[in-house]
Amino acid sequence: MRSVLARRHVVDVVSKILMGAATAIGVFFLFWIIWTTLHFGISGMHWDLFTKDTPPPGTNAFGLRNAFVGSLILLALSLIIGVPVGLMGGTWLAEYGFHSRTANAVRFINDIMLSAPSIEIGLFAYAIVVAPTGHFSAFAGSVALAVLMIPIIVRTTDEMLSLVAGDMREAAIALGAPTWVVITKVTWKAARAGILTGVLIGLARITGETAPLLFTALNNQFFSADLFHPIANLPVVIFQFALSPYANWQQMAWAAAFITVMFVLVLSLVARWFLGKVQVPK
Amino acid sequence: MVTVPISVRSGDTGQKASAAQVPVKIAARNLNFYYGKFHAIKNVNVEIRQNRVTAFIGPSGCGKSTLLRIFNRMYDLYPRQRAEGEVILDGENILASKSSGKLRAKVGMVFQKPTPFPMSIHENIAFGIRLYENLGRSEMDDRVQHALTNAGLWDEVKGKLSQSGLGLSGGQQQRLCIARALAVNPEVLLLDEPCSALDPISTAKIEELLVQLKDLCTIAMVTHNMQQAARASDYTAFMLEGTLIEYSETSALFTTPKDPRTEAYITGRFG
Repeated sequence: MRSVLARRHVVDVVSKILMGAATAIGVFFLFWIIWTTLHFGISGMHWDLFTKDTPPPGTNAFGLRNAFVGSLILLALSLIIGVPVGLMGGTWLAEYGFHSRTANAVRFINDIMLSAPSIEIGLFAYAIVVAPTGHFSAFAGSVALAVLMIPIIVRTTDEMLSLVAGDMREAAIALGAPTWVVITKVTWKAARAGILTGVLIGLARITGETAPLLFTALNNQFFSADLFHPIANLPVVIFQFALSPYANWQQMAWAAAFITVMFVLVLSLVARWFLGKVQVPK
Repeated sequence: MVTVPISVRSGDTGQKASAAQVPVKIAARNLNFYYGKFHAIKNVNVEIRQNRVTAFIGPSGCGKSTLLRIFNRMYDLYPRQRAEGEVILDGENILASKSSGKLRAKVGMVFQKPTPFPMSIHENIAFGIRLYENLGRSEMDDRVQHALTNAGLWDEVKGKLSQSGLGLSGGQQQRLCIARALAVNPEVLLLDEPCSALDPISTAKIEELLVQLKDLCTIAMVTHNMQQAARASDYTAFMLEGTLIEYSETSALFTTPKDPRTEAYITGRFG
């Protein structure tokens, strides 16, 4: 009896130490990354970043305006494409598909899509948009980003709608409401905080995606808001500027990285705040 | 305060009338119900009287909630559930008709757990009305007030109609659900253990309400609580393992039960 207790005590202490060490290592690198981004990013901050476009090589100028605008356009267009598809897909799973064979197959494929390599999605968008139209474009980039975002929205919408109590659906149906009214007026409303969280998480996920944009939106040294031409964007600018030999370009890459990280951080905080408002049924 | 006249339906509403004189609102004939292969309701015949409260009692799993959910075809939602036989409502077999939407406008339902929708108190009531009528703002306000008044909730919520229905107490939420069901002027109101999640004071309020509501509509209620059936209902049906054992006026069923199983149940020997 004593030996059993002693052994349990030892196993307990050892596993606590191992888990503590693993956590410490993870957190250490996380803070290192944030610290480096913060350190180099803040020193790269310059007012011109927001007012001027990316400078040509060999100058000492600063500017990222075209990349900021381009990234915002890409994200907005991805939301326009991805949110309706993801919302409808998730709603179908939760409200019509339930646990039928088809619905479970869709869930399984969606889960695979969740972890699909983003470079592959970029190639896909290249094949279906860039190749037929003959040139890189903001639209192609948004299609690639939307495809990355859709599985996240499908998954969270499905899960959040499944949390809505069946009683509430029945109560709406018992009033004689048709299914579409029950969904749009009652269950979406009941799950709105969770669904919105999914959209924000999806947005945070695609904000830093670079690989799919290399084949689709490419980059643009100049300011452009044309959806059917290459467009400047932060991830690809970071990629190209960081690899360049010019000191001001490298500094701008750090600044862009810093701003991207801050943007994702704010999105995540807002998402957490919304998630706190999700009412879990008793 | 705006009062909309309460419509009293035709038929004898006198309390002393014997069972034979009160018109029948719903009649189930040779009714059987299946959950997949499980035979949950076995050949039930029952007549529910207009403008009366009918209580269904019996031990858990006896089929009383299942029976109630046939009356508004709630089982339609679930693919493996089916009903056989007839349920006649106003001369029409509701099991054979195609449109369940119309039926549900006529037959309202209140559930065990209060189910306010995630919207304001006003919107909770207006939701149902909008499904059938396109009303102007002031007309809608009147209807909302009327429904809340009928459910005995108006005085408690009149100052906070724009607040969420989820912020009310359990008993208030349940009365909100009753008001929501009443707002579409149903002819029948089904209540599936409406008080089982409520405290005694809220329960008493709802029981008082039922007595007033039977002037407006026919009420069928499932309850686990025999005292509740005795206090609030005019007729009581006792069910056991999917069959209707005994059905008579409440006073008769509780004082002189004819079947020994009814007597055993109401005296607390099982269930």
